[in-house]
Amino acid sequence: MANLIVIFLSIVLVNNFLLSQFLGICSFLGVSNKMSSAVGMSGAVVFVMVLAEAVTWPVQQLLDKYEIGYLQTVVFILVIAALVQFVEMFMKKFLPSLQKALGIYLPLITTNCAILGATINAITYEYSFAQSMVYAFGAGCGYAVAMILFAGIREEKLYSDDAIPTPFKGVPIILVSATIMSLSFMGFTGMFQ
Amino acid sequence: MEKKSKLSILTNGIIKENPVLVLLIGTCPTLATSSTLANALGMGAAATVVLICSNIVISLLRKVIPDKVRIPCYIVLIAGFVTIVQFIVKAYAPALDKSLGVFLPLIVVNCIILGRAEAFANKNTVGAAALDGIGMGIGFTLALAAMGAIREFFGTGCLLGHTIIPNFSIGFFNLAPGGFFVYGILIAILMAATKGKALKNNSFSCGVCPMYNSCNLAEANEEITQKGAEA
Repeated sequence: MANLIVIFLSIVLVNNFLLSQFLGICSFLGVSNKMSSAVGMSGAVVFVMVLAEAVTWPVQQLLDKYEIGYLQTVVFILVIAALVQFVEMFMKKFLPSLQKALGIYLPLITTNCAILGATINAITYEYSFAQSMVYAFGAGCGYAVAMILFAGIREEKLYSDDAIPTPFKGVPIILVSATIMSLSFMGFTGMFQ
Repeated sequence: MEKKSKLSILTNGIIKENPVLVLLIGTCPTLATSSTLANALGMGAAATVVLICSNIVISLLRKVIPDKVRIPCYIVLIAGFVTIVQFIVKAYAPALDKSLGVFLPLIVVNCIILGRAEAFANKNTVGAAALDGIGMGIGFTLALAAMGAIREFFGTGCLLGHTIIPNFSIGFFNLAPGGFFVYGILIAILMAATKGKALKNNSFSCGVCPMYNSCNLAEANEEITQKGAEA
């Protein structure tokens, strides 16, 4: 149990997917301009990440059994793409309110490296099923924490637009803000071993 | 689509539409694998090989693949090439395989490759698609190498493992925040050098995303904005 807690906290805080491992940066920078989109996207990522982990872990055992572990990349991306499609159809039919909140973010998630990265990492670290589920949930939560904090910063507009030097307007200032946020998360380094 | 000269297709990816510095796609591998110059070059080469192969094959199959299922088809093709590259790197450069880690299989979801398939390879002839792949690959590798060189030099005082300035290191550049920082500074320099004309779209928008046409996030955002305006 203690082991699971350490896995969870270290992936949320120390090895945060967005801020220290650079997984899922495209969506981090692209969707964080509105708080509502950031929340929706985070919810969708947590949901799909846990589901994908639950499906890919047994699939990897099957691949290992027949000694075709090298097909991991091809099989995982296909499984995730199919899963996302299926979830979307299922939601449309049975959970229309959830579909309204998360549905529009689902197609984006198929090609999100955070999902594929989490599933591959869990196999590389040789986690058990329980450990990899906690890992995936933690990775999703870490994504949500970083994403929502960053959307908060961007929506607040803590700096006035006139004060930014012209070359830094737009993209560069977003990246510099991410730098500072990433630096502050480095304070967690070494907390859990 | 209008006819373009071969040279302009090739240089398009290197300068005018550099995927990393102008189109702002493929940010994840850019930030993650540019901590040293060697990693950056290795990642650039691996992605270039996949990009050229996938561009050629997708261009060859552009009349065969049904439009509705094109994205899954592309992903499977790309994943196949990535697996081949993974084998090659594991066999001949195990150290690189170790330092790139999960980012080698993650070339599958690299926006640049899927983006070029959607934006170029499925509309153009094989020759043009191959040239586009080479140009985009070189552009990606050059941008990565620039970031890798800066981060390795300031982070460790070395270049490609050779010491340039002894006992000099600013650890910040080698770590995660340094990646964001150097990327931001590079784009700012580019903006200053071209007086802000380099970036057509100076924000991280949905337009460059390969999933743009099959995604309804942009529409939904517009709807929200419209509703806000009405209210």
